[in-house]
Amino acid sequence: MSLLSTKHLLGIKQISTEDIELIFKTAENFKQVINRPIKKVPTLRDVTIANVFFENSTRTKISFELAEKRLSADVVNFSSGSSSVKKGETLIDTVNNILAMKVDMVVMRHPAPGAHQFLSRHIDASIINAGDGTHEHPTQALLDAYSLQEKIGKLKDKKVVIVGDILHSRVALSNIYCLQKLGAKVRVCGPPTLLPKHIQSLGIEVSYDLKESLAWCDAANMLRIQLERQEDKYFPSLREYSLQYGVNKELLSEINREIVIMHPGPINRGVEISSEVADSSDSIILDQVENGVAIRMAVLYLLAGSNSEK
Amino acid sequence: MKRIILEKKQVDLILTRICHQLVELHGDFENTALIALQPRGPLFGRAIKQKLFDLFRINTEYGELDTTFHRDDFRRTDKPLIPNKVNIDFPIEGKNIVLIDDVLYTGRSIRAALDAINDFGRPDAMELVTLINRKYKREVPIQPDYVGENVDSRNDDYVKVEWENDECQVWIITDKHQ
Repeated sequence: MSLLSTKHLLGIKQISTEDIELIFKTAENFKQVINRPIKKVPTLRDVTIANVFFENSTRTKISFELAEKRLSADVVNFSSGSSSVKKGETLIDTVNNILAMKVDMVVMRHPAPGAHQFLSRHIDASIINAGDGTHEHPTQALLDAYSLQEKIGKLKDKKVVIVGDILHSRVALSNIYCLQKLGAKVRVCGPPTLLPKHIQSLGIEVSYDLKESLAWCDAANMLRIQLERQEDKYFPSLREYSLQYGVNKELLSEINREIVIMHPGPINRGVEISSEVADSSDSIILDQVENGVAIRMAVLYLLAGSNSEK
Repeated sequence: MKRIILEKKQVDLILTRICHQLVELHGDFENTALIALQPRGPLFGRAIKQKLFDLFRINTEYGELDTTFHRDDFRRTDKPLIPNKVNIDFPIEGKNIVLIDDVLYTGRSIRAALDAINDFGRPDAMELVTLINRKYKREVPIQPDYVGENVDSRNDDYVKVEWENDECQVWIITDKHQ
Protein backbone atom coordinates (compact mmCIF):
# COMPACT_ATOMS: atom_id res chain seq x y z
CA MET A 1 0.00 0.00 0.00
CA SER A 2 1.61 3.18 -1.04
CA LEU A 3 -1.09 5.27 -2.63
CA LEU A 4 -3.85 7.40 -1.14
CA SER A 5 -7.24 5.86 -1.74
CA THR A 6 -8.67 9.20 -2.77
CA LYS A 7 -8.08 11.96 -5.29
CA HIS A 8 -9.38 14.67 -2.98
CA LEU A 9 -9.05 15.31 0.73
CA LEU A 10 -12.64 16.23 1.52
CA GLY A 11 -12.77 14.92 5.06
CA ILE A 12 -11.28 12.34 7.38
CA LYS A 13 -14.48 10.32 7.13
CA GLN A 14 -13.71 9.40 3.51
CA ILE A 15 -10.10 8.30 3.98
CA SER A 16 -8.76 5.04 5.38
CA THR A 17 -6.48 4.31 8.32
CA GLU A 18 -3.79 3.31 5.80
CA ASP A 19 -4.14 6.73 4.15
CA ILE A 20 -3.62 8.43 7.51
CA GLU A 21 -0.56 6.32 8.25
CA LEU A 22 0.91 7.02 4.81
CA ILE A 23 0.38 10.76 5.32
CA PHE A 24 2.13 10.55 8.72
CA LYS A 25 5.05 8.59 7.29
CA THR A 26 5.46 11.08 4.45
CA ALA A 27 5.12 14.03 6.84
CA GLU A 28 8.07 12.73 8.81
CA ASN A 29 10.29 13.20 5.75
CA PHE A 30 8.95 16.69 5.18
CA LYS A 31 9.50 17.61 8.81
CA GLN A 32 13.14 16.83 8.22
CA VAL A 33 13.11 19.00 5.09
CA ILE A 34 11.67 22.05 6.87
CA ASN A 35 14.29 21.79 9.59
CA ARG A 36 17.21 21.94 7.16
CA PRO A 37 19.11 25.13 6.30
CA ILE A 38 17.47 24.96 2.86
CA LYS A 39 13.83 24.27 3.64
CA LYS A 40 12.68 23.70 0.13
CA VAL A 41 12.44 20.83 -2.36
CA PRO A 42 11.62 21.15 -6.07
CA THR A 43 9.03 18.36 -6.17
CA LEU A 44 5.89 20.30 -7.17
CA ARG A 45 7.60 22.79 -9.44
CA ASP A 46 5.19 22.04 -12.30
CA VAL A 47 2.07 22.23 -10.13
CA THR A 48 -0.09 25.30 -9.61
CA ILE A 49 -2.25 25.49 -6.52
CA ALA A 50 -5.05 27.95 -5.78
CA ASN A 51 -5.85 28.79 -2.18
CA VAL A 52 -9.49 29.73 -2.30
CA PHE A 53 -10.74 31.13 0.98
CA PHE A 54 -14.38 32.10 1.32
CA GLU A 55 -13.86 32.54 5.04
CA ASN A 56 -11.18 34.25 7.10
CA SER A 57 -8.13 32.31 8.10
CA THR A 58 -4.68 33.20 9.33
CA ARG A 59 -2.74 30.13 10.35
CA THR A 60 -4.35 27.57 8.03
CA LYS A 61 -3.77 29.84 5.05
CA ILE A 62 -0.18 30.65 6.01
CA SER A 63 0.48 27.00 6.77
CA PHE A 64 -0.87 25.83 3.40
CA GLU A 65 0.96 28.59 1.57
CA LEU A 66 4.25 27.74 3.27
CA ALA A 67 3.73 24.05 2.54
CA GLU A 68 3.06 24.82 -1.13
CA LYS A 69 6.05 27.13 -1.43
CA ARG A 70 8.38 24.65 0.27
CA LEU A 71 7.35 22.12 -2.35
CA SER A 72 8.11 24.74 -5.04
CA ALA A 73 4.52 24.87 -6.30
CA ASP A 74 3.17 28.05 -7.90
CA VAL A 75 0.59 29.57 -5.60
CA VAL A 76 -2.33 31.88 -6.25
CA ASN A 77 -4.40 33.25 -3.42
CA PHE A 78 -8.02 34.16 -3.60
CA SER A 79 -10.25 35.50 -0.88
CA SER A 80 -13.92 36.09 -1.35
CA GLY A 81 -13.88 39.56 0.16
CA SER A 82 -12.27 41.10 -2.88
CA SER A 83 -13.74 38.91 -5.60
CA SER A 84 -16.56 38.45 -8.07
CA VAL A 85 -18.39 36.33 -5.51
CA LYS A 86 -19.69 39.65 -4.25
CA LYS A 87 -21.02 40.29 -7.74
CA GLY A 88 -23.14 37.14 -7.59
CA GLU A 89 -20.91 34.53 -9.20
CA THR A 90 -21.65 30.91 -8.24
CA LEU A 91 -19.13 28.63 -6.55
CA ILE A 92 -18.70 26.37 -9.59
CA ASP A 93 -18.21 29.36 -11.89
CA THR A 94 -15.68 30.92 -9.57
CA VAL A 95 -13.65 27.73 -9.26
CA ASN A 96 -13.96 26.83 -12.95
CA ASN A 97 -12.67 30.25 -13.88
CA ILE A 98 -9.65 29.72 -11.67
CA LEU A 99 -9.11 26.24 -13.12
CA ALA A 100 -9.37 27.58 -16.68
CA MET A 101 -6.11 29.33 -15.92
CA LYS A 102 -4.49 25.86 -15.63
CA VAL A 103 -4.56 25.34 -11.90
CA ASP A 104 -3.95 21.75 -10.76
CA MET A 105 -5.13 21.75 -7.17
CA VAL A 106 -7.55 23.77 -5.08
CA VAL A 107 -7.24 24.32 -1.35
CA MET A 108 -10.57 25.69 -0.24
CA ARG A 109 -12.26 26.99 2.88
CA HIS A 110 -15.97 27.59 2.62
CA PRO A 111 -18.68 28.44 5.18
CA ALA A 112 -21.12 25.88 3.76
CA PRO A 113 -20.71 22.30 5.03
CA GLY A 114 -20.34 19.96 2.06
CA ALA A 115 -19.21 22.67 -0.37
CA HIS A 116 -16.15 20.57 -1.20
CA GLN A 117 -18.12 17.40 -1.87
CA PHE A 118 -20.37 19.34 -4.18
CA LEU A 119 -17.44 20.87 -6.01
CA SER A 120 -15.58 17.55 -6.31
CA ARG A 121 -18.44 16.19 -8.39
CA HIS A 122 -18.13 19.00 -10.90
CA ILE A 123 -14.44 19.69 -11.41
CA ASP A 124 -11.35 17.66 -12.32
CA ALA A 125 -8.69 19.22 -10.09
CA SER A 126 -7.80 17.78 -6.68
CA ILE A 127 -9.61 19.53 -3.87
CA ILE A 128 -8.29 19.85 -0.35
CA ASN A 129 -10.71 20.87 2.34
CA ALA A 130 -9.27 23.61 4.54
CA GLY A 131 -12.50 23.80 6.53
CA ASP A 132 -16.15 23.64 5.48
CA GLY A 133 -18.47 25.40 7.89
CA THR A 134 -19.04 23.32 11.01
CA HIS A 135 -18.38 20.06 9.17
CA GLU A 136 -14.73 18.99 8.74
CA HIS A 137 -11.20 20.38 8.83
CA PRO A 138 -9.19 17.30 7.88
CA THR A 139 -5.64 18.68 7.83
CA GLN A 140 -6.12 20.07 11.34
CA ALA A 141 -7.17 16.63 12.61
CA LEU A 142 -4.21 15.01 10.88
CA LEU A 143 -1.72 17.43 12.39
CA ASP A 144 -3.37 17.09 15.83
CA ALA A 145 -3.11 13.30 15.74
CA TYR A 146 0.42 13.41 14.30
CA SER A 147 1.61 15.82 17.02
CA LEU A 148 -0.01 13.75 19.74
CA GLN A 149 1.50 10.55 18.38
CA GLU A 150 4.90 12.23 18.33
CA LYS A 151 4.49 13.04 22.02
CA ILE A 152 2.89 9.89 23.45
CA GLY A 153 3.44 7.18 20.82
CA LYS A 154 0.87 5.13 18.91
CA LEU A 155 -2.66 6.27 19.65
CA LYS A 156 -4.25 2.85 19.84
CA ASP A 157 -6.22 2.63 23.11
CA LYS A 158 -5.05 6.11 24.17
CA LYS A 159 -7.76 8.33 25.62
CA VAL A 160 -8.43 11.76 24.22
CA VAL A 161 -11.00 14.27 25.39
CA ILE A 162 -12.15 17.10 23.16
CA VAL A 163 -13.35 19.96 25.30
CA GLY A 164 -15.58 22.93 24.58
CA ASP A 165 -17.63 24.11 21.66
CA ILE A 166 -18.24 20.83 19.84
CA LEU A 167 -21.42 22.13 18.23
CA HIS A 168 -19.75 24.79 16.11
CA SER A 169 -16.45 23.02 15.61
CA ARG A 170 -15.25 21.40 12.39
CA VAL A 171 -12.04 20.51 14.19
CA ALA A 172 -13.98 18.33 16.64
CA LEU A 173 -15.68 16.18 14.01
CA SER A 174 -12.50 15.63 11.98
CA ASN A 175 -10.61 14.86 15.18
CA ILE A 176 -13.19 12.30 16.27
CA TYR A 177 -13.00 10.46 12.93
CA CYS A 178 -9.22 10.61 12.83
CA LEU A 179 -8.62 9.48 16.41
CA GLN A 180 -11.12 6.65 16.05
CA LYS A 181 -9.46 5.44 12.84
CA LEU A 182 -6.17 5.33 14.74
CA GLY A 183 -7.76 3.28 17.51
CA ALA A 184 -7.97 5.93 20.24
CA LYS A 185 -10.86 6.24 22.67
CA VAL A 186 -12.59 9.58 22.30
CA ARG A 187 -14.74 11.59 24.64
CA VAL A 188 -16.27 15.02 24.23
CA CYS A 189 -16.82 17.33 27.16
CA GLY A 190 -18.60 20.65 27.37
CA PRO A 191 -21.78 22.38 28.44
CA PRO A 192 -24.89 20.53 27.16
CA THR A 193 -25.81 23.49 24.97
CA LEU A 194 -22.54 23.16 23.04
CA LEU A 195 -22.69 19.39 22.49
CA PRO A 196 -24.69 18.28 19.44
CA LYS A 197 -27.63 15.97 20.13
CA HIS A 198 -26.96 12.28 19.34
CA ILE A 199 -23.21 12.79 19.15
CA GLN A 200 -22.87 9.48 21.07
CA SER A 201 -23.97 7.77 17.87
CA LEU A 202 -20.43 8.35 16.54
CA GLY A 203 -19.29 5.84 19.15
CA ILE A 204 -17.81 8.33 21.59
CA GLU A 205 -18.37 9.12 25.24
CA VAL A 206 -20.03 12.30 26.41
CA SER A 207 -19.30 14.08 29.66
CA TYR A 208 -20.26 17.38 31.24
CA ASP A 209 -17.59 17.19 33.92
CA LEU A 210 -14.21 18.59 32.91
CA LYS A 211 -12.27 17.51 35.99
CA GLU A 212 -13.43 13.93 35.73
CA SER A 213 -12.65 13.91 31.99
CA LEU A 214 -9.15 15.25 32.54
CA ALA A 215 -8.53 12.54 35.13
CA TRP A 216 -9.68 9.97 32.53
CA CYS A 217 -7.67 11.09 29.52
CA ASP A 218 -4.10 10.98 28.15
CA ALA A 219 -4.61 14.16 26.15
CA ALA A 220 -7.07 17.04 26.13
CA ASN A 221 -7.79 19.03 23.00
CA MET A 222 -9.16 22.39 24.14
CA LEU A 223 -11.33 23.93 21.45
CA ARG A 224 -11.83 27.63 21.02
CA ILE A 225 -15.15 29.15 21.90
CA GLN A 226 -16.35 30.26 18.47
CA LEU A 227 -18.15 33.44 19.36
CA GLU A 228 -18.45 34.40 15.70
CA ARG A 229 -20.57 31.33 14.94
CA GLN A 230 -22.81 31.66 17.99
CA GLU A 231 -25.97 33.56 17.17
CA ASP A 232 -27.71 32.62 20.41
CA LYS A 233 -26.45 32.59 23.95
CA TYR A 234 -25.19 29.11 24.74
CA PHE A 235 -23.85 29.92 28.21
CA PRO A 236 -24.42 32.78 30.66
CA SER A 237 -21.00 34.43 30.38
CA LEU A 238 -17.43 33.80 29.29
CA ARG A 239 -16.43 33.98 32.95
CA GLU A 240 -18.82 31.22 33.87
CA TYR A 241 -17.69 29.11 30.91
CA SER A 242 -14.09 29.58 31.96
CA LEU A 243 -14.85 28.52 35.54
CA GLN A 244 -16.62 25.34 34.38
CA TYR A 245 -14.71 24.34 31.26
CA GLY A 246 -11.45 26.29 31.26
CA VAL A 247 -8.28 24.38 32.03
CA ASN A 248 -5.77 25.98 34.39
CA LYS A 249 -2.77 24.99 36.45
CA GLU A 250 -4.70 24.38 39.67
CA LEU A 251 -7.07 22.00 37.94
CA LEU A 252 -4.22 20.07 36.37
CA SER A 253 -2.35 19.75 39.66
CA GLU A 254 -5.53 18.45 41.33
CA ILE A 255 -5.96 15.56 38.91
CA ASN A 256 -2.45 14.33 39.63
CA ARG A 257 -1.93 12.81 36.19
CA GLU A 258 0.30 13.86 33.34
CA ILE A 259 -1.73 14.78 30.31
CA VAL A 260 -0.94 16.47 27.02
CA ILE A 261 -2.71 19.74 26.30
CA MET A 262 -3.59 20.63 22.73
CA HIS A 263 -5.32 23.58 21.12
CA PRO A 264 -6.04 24.17 17.44
CA GLY A 265 -5.71 27.94 17.87
CA PRO A 266 -6.35 30.78 17.91
CA ILE A 267 -6.32 30.69 21.73
CA ASN A 268 -8.69 32.72 23.85
CA ARG A 269 -6.23 33.03 26.72
CA GLY A 270 -8.02 32.91 30.06
CA VAL A 271 -11.21 31.44 28.56
CA GLU A 272 -10.74 27.80 27.51
CA ILE A 273 -7.12 27.67 28.60
CA SER A 274 -5.01 29.73 31.00
CA SER A 275 -1.75 31.30 29.85
CA GLU A 276 0.23 29.22 32.32
CA VAL A 277 -1.08 25.97 30.85
CA ALA A 278 -0.82 27.13 27.23
CA ASP A 279 2.85 28.00 27.71
CA SER A 280 3.73 24.99 29.89
CA SER A 281 5.73 21.91 28.90
CA ASP A 282 2.52 19.83 28.89
CA SER A 283 1.25 21.85 25.96
CA ILE A 284 2.13 20.87 22.38
CA ILE A 285 0.36 23.85 20.81
CA LEU A 286 3.41 25.15 18.95
CA ASP A 287 4.40 21.63 17.85
CA GLN A 288 0.95 21.41 16.29
CA VAL A 289 1.66 24.56 14.29
CA GLU A 290 5.07 23.31 13.14
CA ASN A 291 3.74 19.89 12.21
CA GLY A 292 0.90 21.57 10.32
CA VAL A 293 3.29 22.59 7.56
CA ALA A 294 4.80 19.09 7.30
CA ILE A 295 1.38 17.40 7.27
CA ARG A 296 0.10 19.75 4.58
CA MET A 297 3.22 19.17 2.50
CA ALA A 298 2.60 15.43 2.77
CA VAL A 299 -1.05 15.76 1.73
CA LEU A 300 -0.20 17.99 -1.24
CA TYR A 301 2.65 15.71 -2.27
CA LEU A 302 0.60 12.52 -2.11
CA LEU A 303 -2.42 14.00 -3.88
CA ALA A 304 -0.31 15.63 -6.59
CA GLY A 305 1.59 12.40 -7.18
CA SER A 306 -1.47 10.24 -7.49
CA ASN A 307 -3.84 12.26 -9.60
CA SER A 308 -1.96 12.78 -12.83
CA GLU A 309 -3.85 10.46 -15.14
CA LYS A 310 -6.94 9.66 -13.12
CA MET B 1 16.63 -17.02 -17.09
CA LYS B 2 18.43 -16.14 -13.88
CA ARG B 3 22.21 -16.23 -13.85
CA ILE B 4 24.66 -15.19 -11.16
CA ILE B 5 27.17 -12.55 -12.24
CA LEU B 6 28.96 -11.88 -8.96
CA GLU B 7 29.48 -14.47 -6.24
CA LYS B 8 29.80 -13.46 -2.59
CA LYS B 9 33.55 -13.95 -2.70
CA GLN B 10 33.86 -11.71 -5.76
CA VAL B 11 31.84 -8.95 -4.11
CA ASP B 12 34.13 -9.15 -1.11
CA LEU B 13 37.18 -8.77 -3.36
CA ILE B 14 35.52 -5.83 -5.09
CA LEU B 15 34.87 -4.16 -1.74
CA THR B 16 38.53 -4.61 -0.82
CA ARG B 17 39.68 -3.19 -4.16
CA ILE B 18 37.36 -0.17 -4.00
CA CYS B 19 38.48 0.59 -0.43
CA HIS B 20 42.11 0.54 -1.55
CA GLN B 21 41.29 2.85 -4.44
CA LEU B 22 39.43 5.21 -2.10
CA VAL B 23 42.28 5.29 0.42
CA GLU B 24 44.78 5.90 -2.36
CA LEU B 25 42.96 9.13 -3.17
CA HIS B 26 41.44 10.19 0.13
CA GLY B 27 44.16 9.11 2.58
CA ASP B 28 42.83 8.95 6.11
CA PHE B 29 39.44 10.39 5.07
CA GLU B 30 39.97 13.46 7.23
CA ASN B 31 38.00 15.67 4.86
CA THR B 32 35.98 12.97 3.08
CA ALA B 33 32.58 11.51 3.88
CA LEU B 34 30.56 8.65 2.40
CA ILE B 35 26.93 9.23 1.42
CA ALA B 36 24.86 6.28 0.26
CA LEU B 37 21.71 6.74 -1.81
CA GLN B 38 18.37 5.39 -0.60
CA PRO B 39 16.78 2.97 -0.95
CA ARG B 40 19.37 0.35 -2.01
CA GLY B 41 22.68 2.17 -1.71
CA PRO B 42 22.98 2.00 2.10
CA LEU B 43 23.64 -1.76 2.21
CA PHE B 44 26.63 -1.31 -0.10
CA GLY B 45 27.59 1.94 1.67
CA ARG B 46 27.66 0.33 5.10
CA ALA B 47 29.74 -2.53 3.71
CA ILE B 48 32.30 -0.03 2.37
CA LYS B 49 32.37 1.82 5.68
CA GLN B 50 32.92 -1.45 7.55
CA LYS B 51 35.61 -2.60 5.11
CA LEU B 52 37.48 0.71 5.45
CA PHE B 53 37.52 0.13 9.18
CA ASP B 54 38.55 -3.53 8.95
CA LEU B 55 41.38 -2.86 6.49
CA PHE B 56 42.70 0.54 7.57
CA ARG B 57 41.02 1.35 10.93
CA ILE B 58 39.45 4.36 9.22
CA ASN B 59 36.26 5.53 10.87
CA THR B 60 34.74 7.69 8.20
CA GLU B 61 31.70 9.93 8.39
CA TYR B 62 28.77 8.20 6.77
CA GLY B 63 25.30 9.38 5.78
CA GLU B 64 22.28 8.25 3.80
CA LEU B 65 20.50 10.49 1.30
CA ASP B 66 17.04 10.15 -0.17
CA THR B 67 16.48 11.71 -3.58
CA THR B 68 12.72 11.21 -3.95
CA PHE B 69 11.79 14.90 -3.74
CA HIS B 70 14.37 15.76 -6.40
CA ARG B 71 13.49 13.08 -8.94
CA ASP B 72 12.41 14.12 -12.41
CA ASP B 73 9.71 11.48 -12.86
CA PHE B 74 7.29 12.72 -10.18
CA ARG B 75 3.74 12.70 -11.64
CA ARG B 76 5.06 10.70 -14.58
CA THR B 77 5.09 7.19 -13.12
CA ASP B 78 2.19 4.84 -12.40
CA LYS B 79 3.23 4.35 -8.83
CA PRO B 80 3.65 7.28 -6.45
CA LEU B 81 7.15 7.84 -5.14
CA ILE B 82 7.35 7.16 -1.43
CA PRO B 83 10.28 8.86 0.28
CA ASN B 84 12.85 7.18 2.52
CA LYS B 85 14.80 8.43 5.50
CA VAL B 86 17.56 10.98 5.18
CA ASN B 87 20.32 10.63 7.71
CA ILE B 88 23.15 13.12 7.31
CA ASP B 89 24.21 14.39 10.72
CA PHE B 90 27.44 16.14 9.75
CA PRO B 91 28.12 19.30 7.71
CA ILE B 92 29.07 18.58 4.11
CA GLU B 93 30.19 22.13 3.31
CA GLY B 94 33.73 22.01 1.97
CA LYS B 95 33.98 18.20 2.23
CA ASN B 96 34.85 15.62 -0.40
CA ILE B 97 31.74 13.52 -0.80
CA VAL B 98 31.79 9.98 -2.11
CA LEU B 99 28.32 9.03 -3.34
CA ILE B 100 27.50 5.32 -3.19
CA ASP B 101 24.82 3.39 -5.04
CA ASP B 102 24.46 -0.26 -5.95
CA VAL B 103 23.48 -0.07 -9.63
CA LEU B 104 24.15 2.76 -12.08
CA TYR B 105 21.80 2.50 -15.03
CA THR B 106 20.06 5.56 -16.52
CA GLY B 107 21.98 7.93 -14.25
CA ARG B 108 18.84 9.83 -13.33
CA SER B 109 18.95 9.00 -9.62
CA ILE B 110 22.51 10.30 -9.46
CA ARG B 111 21.36 13.49 -11.18
CA ALA B 112 18.67 13.82 -8.49
CA ALA B 113 21.26 13.12 -5.79
CA LEU B 114 23.51 15.90 -7.10
CA ASP B 115 20.55 18.26 -6.67
CA ALA B 116 19.50 16.87 -3.29
CA ILE B 117 22.96 17.15 -1.80
CA ASN B 118 22.98 20.89 -2.47
CA ASP B 119 20.23 21.29 0.14
CA PHE B 120 22.79 20.36 2.76
CA GLY B 121 25.61 22.64 1.59
CA ARG B 122 28.31 22.90 -1.07
CA PRO B 123 30.83 20.08 -1.04
CA ASP B 124 34.32 20.69 -2.40
CA ALA B 125 34.11 17.72 -4.73
CA MET B 126 31.92 14.70 -5.34
CA GLU B 127 32.71 11.24 -6.64
CA LEU B 128 30.59 8.23 -7.42
CA VAL B 129 31.05 4.58 -6.44
CA THR B 130 28.80 1.96 -7.95
CA LEU B 131 28.84 -1.80 -7.48
CA ILE B 132 27.32 -2.50 -10.90
CA ASN B 133 27.71 -0.23 -13.91
CA ARG B 134 25.07 -1.19 -16.45
CA LYS B 135 26.12 0.20 -19.78
CA TYR B 136 24.08 1.16 -22.87
CA LYS B 137 21.18 2.97 -21.19
CA ARG B 138 22.66 6.15 -19.80
CA GLU B 139 20.15 9.00 -20.19
CA VAL B 140 22.27 11.78 -18.67
CA PRO B 141 26.00 12.45 -18.97
CA ILE B 142 27.02 10.84 -15.66
CA GLN B 143 29.83 8.27 -15.22
CA PRO B 144 31.11 6.51 -12.12
CA ASP B 145 34.59 7.06 -10.65
CA TYR B 146 34.85 3.63 -9.02
CA VAL B 147 33.15 0.57 -10.51
CA GLY B 148 32.69 -2.86 -8.99
CA GLU B 149 31.74 -4.61 -12.21
CA ASN B 150 30.76 -3.40 -15.67
CA VAL B 151 27.75 -5.28 -16.99
CA ASP B 152 26.62 -5.38 -20.60
CA SER B 153 22.92 -5.96 -20.41
CA ARG B 154 19.86 -5.49 -22.55
CA ASN B 155 17.23 -2.94 -21.58
CA ASP B 156 14.73 -5.59 -20.60
CA ASP B 157 17.20 -7.44 -18.39
CA TYR B 158 17.03 -6.95 -14.67
CA VAL B 159 20.05 -6.80 -12.38
CA LYS B 160 19.37 -7.87 -8.82
CA VAL B 161 21.74 -7.06 -5.97
CA GLU B 162 20.92 -9.37 -3.09
CA TRP B 163 22.24 -8.79 0.42
CA GLU B 164 22.10 -11.36 3.15
CA ASN B 165 23.84 -10.89 6.49
CA ASP B 166 26.31 -8.33 5.06
CA GLU B 167 27.17 -10.69 2.22
CA CYS B 168 26.14 -9.90 -1.29
CA GLN B 169 25.66 -11.62 -4.60
CA VAL B 170 24.45 -10.19 -7.89
CA TRP B 171 22.09 -11.84 -10.36
CA ILE B 172 21.06 -10.95 -13.84
CA ILE B 173 17.59 -11.95 -14.91
CA THR B 174 17.02 -12.16 -18.66
CA ASP B 175 13.90 -12.94 -20.65
CA LYS B 176 11.85 -12.31 -17.54
CA HIS B 177 8.61 -12.33 -19.52
CA GLN B 178 9.03 -15.91 -20.71
